[in-house]
Amino acid sequence: MAWTREDMAARAALELQDGFYVNLGIGIPTLVANYIPEGMSVTLQSENGMLGMGPFPLEGEADADLINAGKQTITQLAQSSYFSSSDSFAMIRGGHINLSILGGMQVAQNGDLANWMVPGKMVKGMGGAMDLVAGVRRVVVVMDHCEKSGAPKVLKACNLPLTGAGVVDLLITDLGVFEIDAKTKSMRLTALATGVSLDEITAKTEAEFRLGL
Amino acid sequence: MAKNVQSSAEQALAGLLFDGMTVMAGGFGLCGIPENLIAALRLAGVKDLTVISNNCGIDGFGLGLLLENGQIKKMVSSYVGENKLFEQLYLSGTLELEFNPQGTLAERIRAGGAGIPAFFTKTGVGTLVAEGKEVRDFDGEAYVMERGLTADLSIIKAWKGDTEGNLVYRKTARNFNPMMATAGKVCVAEVEHLVEPGQIDPDQIHTPGIYIDRILVGAVYEKRIERVTTQPRPVAGGAL
Repeated sequence: MAWTREDMAARAALELQDGFYVNLGIGIPTLVANYIPEGMSVTLQSENGMLGMGPFPLEGEADADLINAGKQTITQLAQSSYFSSSDSFAMIRGGHINLSILGGMQVAQNGDLANWMVPGKMVKGMGGAMDLVAGVRRVVVVMDHCEKSGAPKVLKACNLPLTGAGVVDLLITDLGVFEIDAKTKSMRLTALATGVSLDEITAKTEAEFRLGL
Repeated sequence: MAKNVQSSAEQALAGLLFDGMTVMAGGFGLCGIPENLIAALRLAGVKDLTVISNNCGIDGFGLGLLLENGQIKKMVSSYVGENKLFEQLYLSGTLELEFNPQGTLAERIRAGGAGIPAFFTKTGVGTLVAEGKEVRDFDGEAYVMERGLTADLSIIKAWKGDTEGNLVYRKTARNFNPMMATAGKVCVAEVEHLVEPGQIDPDQIHTPGIYIDRILVGAVYEKRIERVTTQPRPVAGGAL
């Protein structure tokens, strides 16, 4: 047993606070939008130039001029605003966005994140990820705990090219939750996923971590 | 000043093109791309281009058209997924690629257009992006120096423009277009609707006409969508 994608998204949603401006990455982070608690006001930023992202349009109402950063068609809300890419990253780099939730390939115990490149294999690019982790006040990474091969992804040190050095504040995997202290550059296990034992998570984690359950 | 209103995208690029030039092209994915001007660039056959654009279109559309026609030597982008030909050309070494973080790319273009030769940013510190660049401490934090970017030509897309070159963008089709308008030695803008001066409220203009050299109404707007994502319509009268 472990957490599903939906469980991970629901856990990540606990990081939301009323009034927050939040940027959600592609994949599991996108699902977090479905778990915003009723009555809580959260404004979603899309780094291609929008604040106040609305839900997917109804069939037949997709607008080619209105997409999110994952290039999916979306809708606007009463409070929405549009702006240029430089304005968008000014609000990101300038620390005006409260929370960034994004996916990862590897996270190290010192808070390093790799999620944009596998040398010689995957050539896609970092998009806005490097700006987000450098500029947003709190960075939460949601990812599977291990590769499909079983190889660990929570490491002593990343071996893939970094997206940011010492940038991750919280890591949520299908096996549990880790807090990373930027000052001491150390990791602390704060929650185990349903049905996951300390022995299991320890065996599947290369990084060193303290217990804070 | 009244702008050169062009009757076609081909005419709009006449006399501006040369092999080896640097071109900025607006858009994010396929949203807000100057699709008529890209098609005209393909027709013109100009080659060895360095193209500065957040993405490189998809196979068969947008900048992907220039790629498959062998016209691009180098791309400066933040994300090039969704394009198989791009990946093949890059991995085989026939296409040069410079990855920029998206915000750094946007700011480099903004800076270039604003006469700022370089700036410092936290983005990319401690990563491959910072290699070979000056890193400096400000107030105890490390920042990497990034250079402003300009181009021989920028091609952009707006929703509405007037004959003075004043532009209004629509929704998220704005993206990189406003900065690119400022950073080309020459800027050609294509619009869906061209109106007379005074028909756009001056308070609502996104890009002032000073940046625009030539303007045209695009002949065709296919406006392809990469990922149509919708939710089903509720069945009429079928309240749950």
